[in-house]
Amino acid sequence: MSNDIDHFEEHLFVSGHTACAGCGQSLAARLVADTAGKNTIIANSTGCLEVFSTKAPETAWRTPWIHSLFENSSAVASGIEAALRFLGKIDSIRVIAQGGDGGTADIGLQALSGMLERGHDILYVCYDNEAYMNTGIQRSGLTPLAATTTTSPVGSAWKGNWRGKKPLVEICAAHFIPYVASASVGYPQDLQRKVKKALGIRGPKYIQIHVPCPLGWGHESNLTLEVAKTAVSCGLYPLVEYENGKLANVFKVPTPKPVSDYVKLQSRFKHLLKDPAALNSLQEVANKNLEYYGLNKKQE
Amino acid sequence: MREFIEGSYAVARAVKLCKPGVISAYPITPQTHIVERLADFVANKEINCQFVNVESEHSAASVVLGACATGVRVFTATSSQGLIYMSEVLFNIAGMRLPIVMVNANRALSAPINIWNDQQDAISLRDSGWIQVYAENNQDALDYTIQAYRIAENHKVMLPVMVNMDGFILTHGMETVDMPEQNLVDKFLPAYNAPYKLDVENPMSFGLLGDPSIYLEARYAVQKTLEDLVTLIPAVGRDFNSVFGRKGIDLVEGYRLEDAKVAIVAMGSVCGTIKDYIDQEREKGKQIGLLKVITYRPFPKEEIAKALENASKVLVLDKAISLGNEGPLFTEVKSVFSAKSPKVSGFVAGLGGRDITLETIKEMVNISKKEQPRCKFLNLKQELLKEEFYV
Repeated sequence: MSNDIDHFEEHLFVSGHTACAGCGQSLAARLVADTAGKNTIIANSTGCLEVFSTKAPETAWRTPWIHSLFENSSAVASGIEAALRFLGKIDSIRVIAQGGDGGTADIGLQALSGMLERGHDILYVCYDNEAYMNTGIQRSGLTPLAATTTTSPVGSAWKGNWRGKKPLVEICAAHFIPYVASASVGYPQDLQRKVKKALGIRGPKYIQIHVPCPLGWGHESNLTLEVAKTAVSCGLYPLVEYENGKLANVFKVPTPKPVSDYVKLQSRFKHLLKDPAALNSLQEVANKNLEYYGLNKKQE
Repeated sequence: MREFIEGSYAVARAVKLCKPGVISAYPITPQTHIVERLADFVANKEINCQFVNVESEHSAASVVLGACATGVRVFTATSSQGLIYMSEVLFNIAGMRLPIVMVNANRALSAPINIWNDQQDAISLRDSGWIQVYAENNQDALDYTIQAYRIAENHKVMLPVMVNMDGFILTHGMETVDMPEQNLVDKFLPAYNAPYKLDVENPMSFGLLGDPSIYLEARYAVQKTLEDLVTLIPAVGRDFNSVFGRKGIDLVEGYRLEDAKVAIVAMGSVCGTIKDYIDQEREKGKQIGLLKVITYRPFPKEEIAKALENASKVLVLDKAISLGNEGPLFTEVKSVFSAKSPKVSGFVAGLGGRDITLETIKEMVNISKKEQPRCKFLNLKQELLKEEFYV
C-alpha cells in the first residue's frame, strides 16, 4: 500500500464524488471534516455539496451525515445536539451544520438565527460561493456587487448584481455568540485553525468560507486558490474573527491589490473592465472593508 | 386512575408516560396547552427531556427530525397554519422513515383566519406518508398517543404518526379519562431501539439524493408499509387492550351498525354527537348507525366496504373540503364501492368551528331521504352568501 492510499484513508470526506473540477466548496468541506475528526455529526443543507457527495446508494462521508431540506440544517443540527445532550454524549461528539450561501443567508437565515439564539453547541459552516450554483447560478443575498448571475445579468438596464453582500458575518456576530469567523479556501491553514478553534469552544459558532466556483464565476478550474487569495488580498473578502460579538482579529492585507486583479480572473465581472465607474464602485467596497476592519493598518 | 382532565393535559400526560428524550414545538392556538404542560414537566424535572423552544413550526419539525435520526424518542404538537408551515418537513420525515409522533389540534385554515375546529389542516396532508388517526374523545387522544409510538417504532413500520384531536372541542374540553399507570406503559412501550441512527461508531449517511433509478421504489416502500398497517394497527390495539383492559386502537369502529339501513360515516369528535342522534332515532325504531373512521391513513378500504355492505344509504360527513371537488372523506368512502357508487352521498359541515348539532345531523338525514348529494354544505347561511360573497 502506498502512502497516498494511507493518506486517502484518513480523509472523512473522500474522493469519488461528482463535484466539478476545481470546486472550492468540495476542498473546503474536506478541510472542515478532516479538522473536525470522526467524532462529528454533520447536518447538511440541500445544495451542490449535498448533491455531489451523496447520490444514493453512494456517499463521500465517513462521519455520520444527514441531509433533510434546504433551509433547515440549523434546526436539524439543533435536534441532533438536543438528542446528544439527552444521551449524555454532548461532551464527546461535535455537531456541524453546513450549507451554501443561499441556504444560509437567505432561505435558512431564520433557522440559523434560532440556532444561534438558543445557544446550541453547534458549529455552522457556510460555504460561500456567492450564488445559487446548484440551480444554475442565480443571485443570492451573498452575491457581490456587480457580479453577473443568471438572475442578475448585464443588460441595457442592469449592470449585474445591484447590491453588495448581506453582512452575514456581522449578523451572526450580533447574536453575541462565542465565535464568528470568515475564512477562505485560498488560505487552508487559516481555515483549519479557525475550525479547530471554533470546535474547542462550547456554544454556537459560525464560520463563513469563501469558496470559488469555476463554473459560476467563470474562471479556469486550476485557478481556484489564486482567485480565492486575490479576493482576500484586494480587500473584497475580509478574513475576520469575532469573539462574543467583538472583533477580535483580522487577516492583515498590508499592500492591497486593486480589485481589477480579482475582476480580470473571472467572467462574472468582465463588464466592469469596460465600465470604469462600475469598477470603481467595486473598488470602493474593497476600500470600505480595508478601512472598517483596518486590514492594511500597520501592526501596533 | 380516573381523572377529570382537559384534553390537552391528558395528551401531555400521555407524552410524559412515553418518556421522550426531545420535545420541540412552536406555539399555536389551540395546541398551546399541550406544550405548556410539557414545558412544566421539564421545568420541574418530572421528566428527563430536552425541550427546544424554536422560532417556527418548520424548525420544530426539523428539530424532532434531527433528534429522532440520532436515535431518540421525540414529540411535537401543532395545529392549522403550523401544520401547513411544517408540511415540507413532514413529507421529508415520512420519506426518511423516522418514527416521530405528533399531536395535531385540528383547526381551520386561513383565509379567513379562523382559530376554530375543522379537519382541513390534517386532511390537506393526507398524501405526506404520515399515519393519521382521529380521536373521538380525550381518552382516545391519550390512548392513541401512547399506541402511536408502538406503531411508529415497529421496525417493520418506521413511519411517523399524527394523532388528530379536534381543536377546542377536545383540546380544551374536560372529560373523565382513565390515566394509565407508568409501569403498564413501560410494559406496553419499551424504550425506542432505533434500527438506524446517526452514530459516530457506525457512520451512515441519511437523506441521500434519490434519482429516477431509486425514487420510485422508495415511495413504493412507504405505500406498501402503509397498506400492511391495516393488520398491524388492530394488533397493537389488541395488545393495548390486554395490558390496560380497555379497547385499543382500531381502523374503524361501528356504532349500532349491524342492522342499520342508514349509515353515517365521520371522523373525530363529531362522532359523539352522531351517536347521541342515533340513540334518539333508535328509540323511535329507526335503523340507523355510525361508522367512525379512526385511521384516515392508511385508509381502511376493505373494513369500510365490509362495515357498510348492508346499509342502503351511506351519509358521509366531512369537516374538510377539497375545494373544486367535494368532501375528501366522501371521495374516499365512495371509492370503496363500485365505480358508480349508487348509495353514497357527501355532506360538508362544521368548517371553521361552525357547530354541528343534532339538528345538523337531522337535516343531513332528511336531505338524504329526498336526494343523493355529492357535496352538500350543511348549515349554509343563504343571506350571508348573497351579501358578502356574491354567490
